[in-house]
Amino acid sequence: MFSRREFLMAATATSALLGSGMAGSWSRLMAQQSLTEDQLLAMDPKGKLTLVHITDIHAQLKPLYFREPSINLGIGEVAGQPPHVTGADFLKLYNIAPGSPDAYALTSEDYVALARSYGRMGGLDRIATVIRRIRAERGDDNVLLLDGGDTWQGSFTSNATLGQDMVTVMNALKPDAMTGHWEFTYGTDRVKEIIDGLPFAFLGSNIYDAEWDEPAFEAWRMYERGGARVAVIGQAFPYTPIANPRWMIPDWSFGIKEEDIAAHVEEAIAEGADVVVLLSHNGFDVDRKLASRVDGIDVILTGHTHDALPEPVIVNNTLVIASGSNGKFLSRIDLDVQDGKVTSYAHRLIPIFSDVITPDAEMSALIDEVRAPYEADLQRVLGRTESLLYRRGNFNGTFDDLICQALLSERDAEIALSPGFRWGTTLLPGQDITFEDVHNACAMTYPAAYRTAMTGQMLKDILEDVGDNLFNPDPYYQQGGDMVRVGGMGYTIDPSKSIGERISAMTLLSTGEAIDPAREYIVAGWASVNEGTEGPPIAEVVEAHLSKNPVVVLPDNQSVKLAG
Amino acid sequence: MTITRRQMLGATAGAAVTLAFLPRLALAAAQSTDEAIMAFTKGATPTEGTVSLDTPEIAENGNTVPVGVSVDSPMTADNYVESVLILADGNPNPAVATFHFTALSGVAEAKTRIRLAKTQNVIAVARMNDGSVFIDRKEVKVTIGGCGG
Repeated sequence: MFSRREFLMAATATSALLGSGMAGSWSRLMAQQSLTEDQLLAMDPKGKLTLVHITDIHAQLKPLYFREPSINLGIGEVAGQPPHVTGADFLKLYNIAPGSPDAYALTSEDYVALARSYGRMGGLDRIATVIRRIRAERGDDNVLLLDGGDTWQGSFTSNATLGQDMVTVMNALKPDAMTGHWEFTYGTDRVKEIIDGLPFAFLGSNIYDAEWDEPAFEAWRMYERGGARVAVIGQAFPYTPIANPRWMIPDWSFGIKEEDIAAHVEEAIAEGADVVVLLSHNGFDVDRKLASRVDGIDVILTGHTHDALPEPVIVNNTLVIASGSNGKFLSRIDLDVQDGKVTSYAHRLIPIFSDVITPDAEMSALIDEVRAPYEADLQRVLGRTESLLYRRGNFNGTFDDLICQALLSERDAEIALSPGFRWGTTLLPGQDITFEDVHNACAMTYPAAYRTAMTGQMLKDILEDVGDNLFNPDPYYQQGGDMVRVGGMGYTIDPSKSIGERISAMTLLSTGEAIDPAREYIVAGWASVNEGTEGPPIAEVVEAHLSKNPVVVLPDNQSVKLAG
Repeated sequence: MTITRRQMLGATAGAAVTLAFLPRLALAAAQSTDEAIMAFTKGATPTEGTVSLDTPEIAENGNTVPVGVSVDSPMTADNYVESVLILADGNPNPAVATFHFTALSGVAEAKTRIRLAKTQNVIAVARMNDGSVFIDRKEVKVTIGGCGG
């Protein structure tokens, strides 16, 4: 880890390169050639009420590297609209100086160099400090802390403890409510067991009993904060039983159900709510559409698609707030409430620079305690990477390339498929690859790496299906992941086409031959949603591959071509 | 409210006749959807609105997709919903169910579950006692699934 002094020097050097004339809220900090905790937290307060939003932590307790995507295409009306803006365009849109802390936190531009300067981000002990300071500044009774879910899954320790490490640590942060998605992959019984013991609300207005179509979870709750009545409606990931195994939660049915949200908004207002908040795991585009169709929501705290936006997007008088993922950010929203209405707001997306924000000592101790039984395993070095390993991006991620290589070689397959998850941490060139790092990319409760025969037609159908989940022009039909990653096969995709017409030029890379729709290919993959999938856990497959190939060097992946 | 087997079979038989004269199956299915609607509306072209379908955007399980329908109507002796026809335009027999109502039904609402083998439109057509007809249409996607982030 960088010492404070080294960090300041790095910031100074970057600043000197850039000179003056930088715009954006953090250029001022750059001009001072340093970052401090006070500066990261400073904002002009508004009103009495403060919402604090964190989401998609994916069980990351410790500071980490997480590279934002360089490709995140928007289709139809949202083309070129946030969050479908990346790299230099993002910097321009938000007036952020290249090389600044903001540029490092929010984009993939010059990522490796900036990561070396600015260091890791996140860490729930740093987040604890930020939350403690916001509560101290605003008053305990005026702050609502809301967790958007995807909190309990994504690490070796969360898997090993069935989410308990995260539950223990999050409880110490004292949230007021949460909703969920990957939480449900621990299965009905475990989810119920945890929720029964939570000292705060688990809200899911869109979860119903699958047989009787009756509400299965508490839909919303009223809070008195900052002199206002604040209704928080919970919206779990609508496609959990489709994107994840339905057999693990057979009794629960989900869906977007916007009429139900509208009904809850009306109920809340009838019960005297001054402020209506939707704590959502819908994904950004779904929530943007929902905000345009359902009146009366003051704030949507959105999650699932892992977007970090430095400003709210305002739709139909609703503030849509995107707070990033993996503990890299936390949003603070101050609301001035007058006569039962929100009259003004202030917002800050607070980047958690782990070398700048002082860890909360009690939380550091608690994190060490929950990790202690596994610490020796976690630190075990399996290899070293000479390439940047990351996952985010619509079509490729180098960490997924590594996983696909492992599947091809260890499972003796012609083609490998790896899901387009958006969680999973980043490793810089020269870093060791530890047991923990591999599990950060693979940790889940249905990890079996299958090996099966699929026809060329079936492979095309899968690519078309996933492509439509990502690029359907109607956000309500989008599931929010990225394109399935493919090893051993190349293809061309035109996202603007419709299902059945997006994918072309499928090619078996080993021979250069076109994929034959009628021929069967040996395919290895993981994370099948089908019950009874057989095979070794994917982390073991990657570990076995690394034991034979301990130095990872990955060329640029050119196998997916973009058309249209 | 009841589903008449006889009416369903009638619509299906009509579709089968059409099928024999058309060269392409897909076209035949679309045709039979239209024919089933026309048979139900007695030739009138339905207007959008008044009737609304409640379906999932993406089916969790294509074998049992919940479908709800409701019609905005006072349901009085002079002004009520007579019948609602539910169709799935990608099914071999598109007409899936017909619900009959009277003014004594109180509200014109019904729920059922249908099987959808692939992505297709679910259609509801409502016929009022004065012969006016209304339609709603929702696409329900049936996916392979499995890659959410």
